[in-house]
Amino acid sequence: MATTVHSHRRPVGVRSGRPMTARRPPSRVVRRRLATVGTVLSVLGIVVFCIAPFYWMIVSSLKGPNDIFNNDLWPSAPTLVNYRAVFSGENNFSYALRNSVVIAGTTTLFAMVIGVISAYAFARLHFRGKRLALGAVLAASMFPGVALLTPLFQQFSNWGWIDQYQSVVIPDISFALPLAIWVLSSFFRELPWGLEESAMVDGASKGQAFRLVILPLAAPGIFTSALLVFISVWNEFLIANAMTLTPAAQPVTVAIAKFTGSSQYQQPFSTQMAAGVVVTVPLVILVWILQRRIVSGLTAGALKG
Amino acid sequence: MTTTSKVRASGLPGAPPLPKRHKGGGTWAAWYLVAPALLLLAAVIGYPLVKAIYLSLFSDTIGGTSEFIGLGNYRTALTGDGAGDFWSALRVTGLFTFFSVALEVAIGLAMALVMHRAFRGRGLVRASVLVPWAIPTAVTSVLWRWMLQPEGIVNHLTGGSTLWTGSQWPSRAAIVIADTWKTSPFLALLILAGLQLIPDELYEAARVDGAGAWRRFRSVTLPLLMPSLMVAVLFRLLDALRIYDLPQLLTGGANGTTTLSMLVVQSSIQQTKFGYGSALSTLTFLIIFGVALVFIRFMGTSLLPADDEEGRTA
Repeated sequence: MATTVHSHRRPVGVRSGRPMTARRPPSRVVRRRLATVGTVLSVLGIVVFCIAPFYWMIVSSLKGPNDIFNNDLWPSAPTLVNYRAVFSGENNFSYALRNSVVIAGTTTLFAMVIGVISAYAFARLHFRGKRLALGAVLAASMFPGVALLTPLFQQFSNWGWIDQYQSVVIPDISFALPLAIWVLSSFFRELPWGLEESAMVDGASKGQAFRLVILPLAAPGIFTSALLVFISVWNEFLIANAMTLTPAAQPVTVAIAKFTGSSQYQQPFSTQMAAGVVVTVPLVILVWILQRRIVSGLTAGALKG
Repeated sequence: MTTTSKVRASGLPGAPPLPKRHKGGGTWAAWYLVAPALLLLAAVIGYPLVKAIYLSLFSDTIGGTSEFIGLGNYRTALTGDGAGDFWSALRVTGLFTFFSVALEVAIGLAMALVMHRAFRGRGLVRASVLVPWAIPTAVTSVLWRWMLQPEGIVNHLTGGSTLWTGSQWPSRAAIVIADTWKTSPFLALLILAGLQLIPDELYEAARVDGAGAWRRFRSVTLPLLMPSLMVAVLFRLLDALRIYDLPQLLTGGANGTTTLSMLVVQSSIQQTKFGYGSALSTLTFLIIFGVALVFIRFMGTSLLPADDEEGRTA
C-alpha cells in the first residue's frame, strides 16, 4: 500500500523545472538526454555490481573439473557433477539442509509468537516504562555475539547441549527477537486500529475484532517480518559454528565452510559454489517476489518514518 | 507520512483519535505482553553478559579448579603475554571498520541517489540490490575466496596477478572488498528510504532560487538526509566492529586479519580458556559500547527511540 504510492511518486528534480523553460534552449535538451543516459548507465552499473558475483557462483557451479579454472563467463559444457557431489554422502549436506530448516523454522516460529505479542503492546498500548523497555530491546540487538558466546558455550557444555538444536535455537531466538519486535511494531503502528473500535461498536468482541479485522490486515506485515527473521537465522554462522562440533546439528552455513575436497590441501570450490547456489537461490527467488515488502520492512526497522 | 495518515483517516471516519482507557490500568496488561520477550532477552543476553564479566576474573587451570585472580586476565590481554594479539586484533578490527564503513556509505549513497532518480528499472535495481544482502555471509566469504584465487576471475578480469589471500595488505583489502560488496547495497536501501522522506518542494524552491545540482545536493539533500544516514552508520559501525564470519572464512585470520571477535572465539571455544576468553569478550563489548556511546553523544539524542511517544499521540 504505502510502497506503491512511493513508487508512483515522481523522483525529485527530474523534469520539474517547467516554468523556467518556456524558451528551452537546445543545449538543455541535450543535457537532459545525457543525464538520462547517465542514469541508465549508473543503473546498469549497480545491477552488474550486485549480480556479477552471484552470477559467477552459478556459472562456477555448472563447470566440470576440467573447466573450473578457465574463467569463461559461460560454462562451455554445463554439468551437474558438482550438485551431485554436494548431495553425495561425504558432505552430509542434505542433513545440514534439514538442520537449517529445523533451526531457522523453530527460531522463526518462537520469535514471531513472542514478537507479535510484545510488538502489539509497543505499537498499540501506552504504558509506563515503554521507552525503557523499547530501549532495552534495541540495545539487545547491538550486543556483539561474541560477548555472550563464552558463558553460553560453557553453560550449554555443562548441560550436555552441544551438538543439539536448542543450543543454537535459543541464542538465535534472542538475537532475532529485537529485529522481529522492531519491524513488527513499525508495521503495527501503520494499521488502521480505528477499525477495531468500529467492529466493537458493531457488536464484535475484542477478540473477534482483533481476529477478524486486524489480523487479516496485519498478515502481510507479519509475514514479511517472519521472512526477515528466517533469513537472518538461515544466514547465521557464529553461534552455529561454536555450538556444533559434529554434523549432528550443523546448519548449511557451517557445513559449506567445512566441505572437504578430494585432497586435504585443495579447497573444493566448485562443490562449495554448488552448495552456495542451493542455499541461496530459494532465498533470492523469495526476495525477488516479495521485494517491495522486504524493502519496506528493512527500512521501517531502521528509520521509523 | 501522507500515505499513513490517509489510511488512518479512511479507517476511522470521524472517530476520536485514540482511546485513552489504556493509559492507567493498561500498564500491567502491557507489561504482561512484553514480559516474555524481555525475560528471554534478560536470560540469553543480559545474564551471559554479566556472567562473562564474572568468569573473566578467574584463572584457566586446565584440569584443576580456577582461582580468583582479579584483573589478571585483563592484564594478560592488555600488557602481558596476550598483548601482541589483542592490540593487533584491535587495530585490524578498527581498520576494517573504518575502511568498510567509509566505502559502504560512499557507494551506498551513490547507489541511493541513482535509484532515487531512476523511473524505469526500479524493480530490477531493487531486486538486484537485495541479492548480496540475501546471500549468507558464509557463502559470500567462500565465493570471494574463490573469485580472489590467484588464477581467479578477479585477477583474470583486471589483468593482475595479486596473491589476494597470500600476504597482509591484499588479505585485508580482500575482506574490505567482500564486506563492501555485501553491505553497501543494503545501506543504499536505508539511504534511499531517507531520500524519499525529503519533500520535493524543497528541491523546487532551491531550483527556483537558481541552485545547481551540486548545490542542491549539498544544501538540501545532505542536511536533510543526515538523521537517517547517521542511524544507518551507527548500525553499520556496531556491525563492523564485531565482524567474524567474513575474515574467519576468507582468510582464517592469516596474514594479520584476526579481528577481536575471532580472538575471542579462538580463546573461548577452541582453547576452552573461559576466563581469558571472557576477559577478551568483555573488552570487545566495552569497546563497542564505548564507540556507540561516543557516536550517539556526538550525533545527539535523535537516534534514540524517543520520538515514539509523540508519534502515537500526534
